[in-house]
Amino acid sequence: MDKIAQLVDVQKIYHTGGEDVHAVRGVSLEIYKGEFVAIMGASGSGKSTLMNILGCLDKPTSGTYILDGVDISKLSRNELAEIRNKKIGFVFQGFNLLARTSALENVELPLMYSSNGYTSKVQRERAIKMLELVGLGKRLDHYPNQLSGGQQQRVAIARALVNEPVIVLADEPTGNLDSHTSIEIMGLFQELNNNGVTIIMVTHELDIASYAKRNIILRDGKVIKDVVVERRLNANEEMNRLSSAQKAVNLAP
Amino acid sequence: MRIFSPFIIALRALQRNKMRTLLTMLGMIIGVGAVIAMVSIGTGAKTQVEAQIASLGQNVVLVFSGSVTRSGIHTGWGSAGTLTIDDARAIAREITGVKAVSPEVRMGSQISAGNQNWFTSVLGESEQYLEIRQWPLAAGTMFTENDVRGANKVAIIGMTIVNQIFNDEDPIGQIVRIRNVPFVIVGVLSPKGLSLMGQDQDDVIIIPYTSAMKRIQGTTTLRSILVQADSLKNLPVVQQQLTELLRQRHKIGPGKDDDFTVRTQQEIAETATATSRIMTALLGSIASVSLIVGGIGIMNIMLVSVTERTREIGIRMAVGAKSRDVMLQFLIEAVTLSIIGGIIGIGVGVLASKIISSQMGWPVLTPLTSIVLAFSFSALVGVFFGFYPARKASMLDPIEALRYE
Repeated sequence: MDKIAQLVDVQKIYHTGGEDVHAVRGVSLEIYKGEFVAIMGASGSGKSTLMNILGCLDKPTSGTYILDGVDISKLSRNELAEIRNKKIGFVFQGFNLLARTSALENVELPLMYSSNGYTSKVQRERAIKMLELVGLGKRLDHYPNQLSGGQQQRVAIARALVNEPVIVLADEPTGNLDSHTSIEIMGLFQELNNNGVTIIMVTHELDIASYAKRNIILRDGKVIKDVVVERRLNANEEMNRLSSAQKAVNLAP
Repeated sequence: MRIFSPFIIALRALQRNKMRTLLTMLGMIIGVGAVIAMVSIGTGAKTQVEAQIASLGQNVVLVFSGSVTRSGIHTGWGSAGTLTIDDARAIAREITGVKAVSPEVRMGSQISAGNQNWFTSVLGESEQYLEIRQWPLAAGTMFTENDVRGANKVAIIGMTIVNQIFNDEDPIGQIVRIRNVPFVIVGVLSPKGLSLMGQDQDDVIIIPYTSAMKRIQGTTTLRSILVQADSLKNLPVVQQQLTELLRQRHKIGPGKDDDFTVRTQQEIAETATATSRIMTALLGSIASVSLIVGGIGIMNIMLVSVTERTREIGIRMAVGAKSRDVMLQFLIEAVTLSIIGGIIGIGVGVLASKIISSQMGWPVLTPLTSIVLAFSFSALVGVFFGFYPARKASMLDPIEALRYE
C-alpha cells in the first residue's frame, strides 16, 4: 500500500507566557492510501495540535512529517499554503463556509487559489460535480444561512474534495450536528472512503470513531493506542436502526 | 484565470456588504468632488482674468513716457512728455517685427451732444488702435490714416456714451463736442464691459491722436505708444530694440536711466494671473485635505473589515490562499473602493461646479488634467491607505484566524 503520510518522532512545544507547553511529545505514525483513521483523545491530549500539523497549518518543533513524499518541516509559509491547496481537504466542526457566499462559490474557493490555472468555466463545472456528489446538486445558489447544518457540512466536504486532495482532514465533523445528521455525514465519509479517499478524522465521540477503520488514541501528547476497529459501524445499518427507534416514539414519520 | 481571480474574490467580498462599501466610498466621493469643484472655480477665475488680459491686445508692448521730478516731486508715468510722434514713426519704420503702432494721448473731458453732456475719457490713437486691441466695431467704420494725417474731427464712441447721451438714437453721423470742438461720430465700439480694475471700458471716445494733440490739448508729446509685435516669439526682440532705439533717439548715455518705460503685456498678465493661481492652489489644497480624510476612512473600514473577517481569512488560508493572495484581495478591495469613489466624485465635482456656475454666475472650468490627477490620486490613496490593513490580514496565523470568534 502507498504511504501517504508519515510522522517520525514529531514534537510540538508552545511557548506561552514564559512556560513551555509540550502539546505533542514524540508521535510516530504512518497513514496509508485508502485508510479511514479516527484520532481520539480528551481535550488537552494534543489531538488538535496533531491535526494542525497533519493539515500543514503548523510545523512540528522537531521530528519530520512527510506528506505524499514532501518533507513538510522544511517548507515556508507560502509553500505550506500551496501544499494545503493541492494535497489537503479540510472539514471543520463549525463548517467554516464563507457567509453570504453561495454554496457554489464556497466550493470554488480552493480552485481560485490553485496554481493549476483553471478557467472559470472549469472551476464552475468541477464545483457543480462535487456538490452533486454530496447530494446538493439542486442547492448550488443557496447561501450557508439557507442550508441546514448537515447540508452546510456537505458543502464543506465538497469544498474539501474539489482539488482532489490526497487526504481529507476532518476536525470534529459531527460536533455541531444531531445524531441523525451525524450518521448521514459518516455515511458520506464511508462512501467516499470506499471510493478510495483517505480520511483522517479527529473526534472525541467513541461511536463516531467506530465508523472509521482505524482508531488512534492520544493522551498527554503521546499515542497510547493504535488499533484496527473490530466492530465497525455501517452508516446505512445505523440509520435504519435509528429510524425505527425514532418511529417507535413518533419522532420521525 | 490566475490574473482575474483576485479581482473576482475582492469584488465578491465588496458585494457582500453593500452599505458599508457605499459609506466608505462616500468619503472618497466628497474628497474628489471637492477637489474637482474647487479647482474648477479657481481655473474658471483664472481663464476669465486671462481673457481680460488678452483683450488688451495680443503681443503688445507699451511704451510710457518717463516721469519728471520737479522740486523733489515725482509725477507719474507719461507726464514728462519725452515721447514724440517722431519716436512713434521711428519705431514703425526701424524696428523689425512690428505689426502696428498707435501713439496715444489721453485725457478726461466733458463732452456734449444736443442738450446732453457727459464726462468721459478721450483717447487719441492711430487708425491701427482697434486692430491692436482686437476691439471690433458694433457699427460704422474706424477713422482712416488720412483722418489721422489731416487731424480730422472724427470720433468713434463706446457703448456707454451711446446710452448716456444718445439714448436710443443712431449716433453715427451726429456731432459730439469735446471741449466745444465738434467731432463727427463715424463708428460705435462693441461693448467690452468692465476692466480687471473695475473700470467701464465702454465709457470712452476715441479720436485721431493728431486731432487730440492739435485741436484739444495743444500738446506736442505723447503719453504712451502701443506697439504690436507680429508674433509672441518676436516680443522680447521688439522690446529690446525699442529700448535701444529710444535711448539712442533721446541721447541717453550708457549707465543713465531711461526717460521712458517699456512694459509687455506678459508682465501685466503675470501679475494679474498670479492671484488667481494662488487662489486655485489654495482651494485645491484645502480640498485635498478632505481627500486624505476620505483615505483614512478607507483605512479605518479596511482595518475593521480585516478584524471582522479574521475567520474568513483563516478559511481562505486553510484552503490554500498564500499571504500574497490575501494581501492582494484586501488591497484590491481598498483600491476598488477608492477608484469607484473617485469616479463618482469626479461626476459629483463636475456637477457641483456646473450648479455653482449657474447659481452664482461664476465662470467655472474643469481642466482635464485635474480630472486625471484626481483619479490617479484616489487610486494612490487606495493603495497607500489599503496597504497597512492588507498587510495585517496577510500576516495572520491561519490557526489563530480559524479559531477567531
